[in-house]
Amino acid sequence: MNPYRRHPFIRVATVLVYIFLYAPIVVLVLYSFNASRTNVLFEGFISSFGPLKTSGSLVTQSPCGPFHWFCELSQNREVGVAARNTLTIAFISTFVSTVIGTMAALALQRYDFRMKPFSQISLYIPIVIPEIVMGIGILTLFSQLFGLLNNAFGLTGDARLSLGLGTVIVSHIAFSVPFVTLVVQARLQGFDKSFEEAAMDLGANELTTFWRVTFPMILPGVLSGALLAFTLSLDDFVITFFTTGPGATTLPIYVYGLLRRIITPQVNALSTIWIAIVLTAVILLQRLQNREA
Amino acid sequence: MLQRLRENKAWQGTLLALPTTLWLFFLLVIPLFLTLVVSFGSRSPDGGVIYGFSFHNYLRLMGYSTNCPGGQASCFDPLYAQILWRSLTLAFWTTVIVILLAYPLAYFIARSHPRRRNTFLMLVLVPLWTNFVIRVYAWMMLLREQGVINGVLGWVAARLGLSFEPLQMLYTPGAVLVGMVYEFLPFMILPIFTSLEKIELPLYEAAADLGANPFRTFLRVTLPLSMPGVVAGTILVFIPVMGTFIVSDLLGGKQVILVGNLIQNQFLSARDPTFGSAASLILMIMTLIVTYFYTRKFGFGEEIIAA
Repeated sequence: MNPYRRHPFIRVATVLVYIFLYAPIVVLVLYSFNASRTNVLFEGFISSFGPLKTSGSLVTQSPCGPFHWFCELSQNREVGVAARNTLTIAFISTFVSTVIGTMAALALQRYDFRMKPFSQISLYIPIVIPEIVMGIGILTLFSQLFGLLNNAFGLTGDARLSLGLGTVIVSHIAFSVPFVTLVVQARLQGFDKSFEEAAMDLGANELTTFWRVTFPMILPGVLSGALLAFTLSLDDFVITFFTTGPGATTLPIYVYGLLRRIITPQVNALSTIWIAIVLTAVILLQRLQNREA
Repeated sequence: MLQRLRENKAWQGTLLALPTTLWLFFLLVIPLFLTLVVSFGSRSPDGGVIYGFSFHNYLRLMGYSTNCPGGQASCFDPLYAQILWRSLTLAFWTTVIVILLAYPLAYFIARSHPRRRNTFLMLVLVPLWTNFVIRVYAWMMLLREQGVINGVLGWVAARLGLSFEPLQMLYTPGAVLVGMVYEFLPFMILPIFTSLEKIELPLYEAAADLGANPFRTFLRVTLPLSMPGVVAGTILVFIPVMGTFIVSDLLGGKQVILVGNLIQNQFLSARDPTFGSAASLILMIMTLIVTYFYTRKFGFGEEIIAA
């Protein structure tokens, strides 16, 4: 029996589901080259280069040619700020959650202590509770806490504590940590404790054993945990929506705000860049995995 | 002190787990507790919270109303109960459709040659990692009255010499359902694939040797063994669908109000955080009950992490 035999029904269904997954993405990318300013119908590409020329709602000539909307996007200061915020939040929250999440995974897998059951159970909270519930809970916490502190210390004006980048980062760490810990824990479960025991027998102290033996072995788990935390942070909308303040807009929040008012090909250009980055990352990841295998 | 720490394993464990545990305690446990406290309060005229202990908000969610058309002291207003029920049924149907779409694809990938398996999986990751909001936008472009789908249908109709009226697809319940299915499909594909991949080939050979036809093998071997994946996928799909408000906001407009929209509204425009908190706790309780009964029946697999 050929183990790779698949029923024709499965093949047809697979093709259809892949089309369902990719058709919207293809449309999104195609429309980022749209000559039409209103972006309702696809009216062809902008084929000629040169000073900006328009007729009606059509752009007929642009210094950037078909990449007109990408050039417009690069001039958009709001997008630049949002992109910088998104990356700042993602990098800091990934770093912190990877470090403390890995520590927690080691503790839960290798040690016994009194609050262990509580630590383990609290990891499942973000998985079983809808994000919006966490979002408004954290919003309530920050607004009550900041209200109290601002009153207690008589803070006014710019010194007042308020929602912003800091609150978003702290909240992103809260929902990323459990995923890092669970991924590293799964990796730790899979490997033999006798390597560490051998290192200790050979005279290495605990720190040396950790850095020379344990860490290299769990590194793939730590890296995939970090990658997960990074993508969760980049993609997050709901928690950010409730914990962000003036000046701390992220790209998803910015795009959402635009979509409620107006649709321009600039949003498509932004989406195309995002998709291109994801595609590159996925291909690099696959190369890496193939090399490991 | 340092000496004691070096010898005491329990201390070391506590210290290592402390940052994460504290973080989760202050940002997940305490906020949930605060939400509970706020939900028993009532709204002050400036949109703040007057603390108290009243079930008024919960009664309102169940349909108790003091704002009656006939001028009575109280009457039944099903508005909020309808919103809760709509969210529940939408999440149910989204999950069912997502399982039906994800299963064949996951099966196809799990049964493909190991060398090509990664590529097929990566093809699932690209839409998943493309931002959530961007994916909703894609469906806005497709479903609009002058969008791509109406454009293609109109073109076909013109070719066939038929008259064509653009379909109203955006801002309907159907649009929200399609959007939800699209958003959460990858979250079902990955766990089902993980559990299917674990099934060892000799099991199929044994089934075939014992005279089972492929259909029977699927029913008696493949399906039961892939259930942990389906359970994990269901949790990863059902819970977020219950709480999402962007999809219904952008694709449903004012036609499809879900409990997520209700909560968001209370915190932003209606400015009644006490009612919003009560709604969000009811939402949490509904998802916990469903998850509890579902996992008790089928088990809580490790496939969740695999996704």
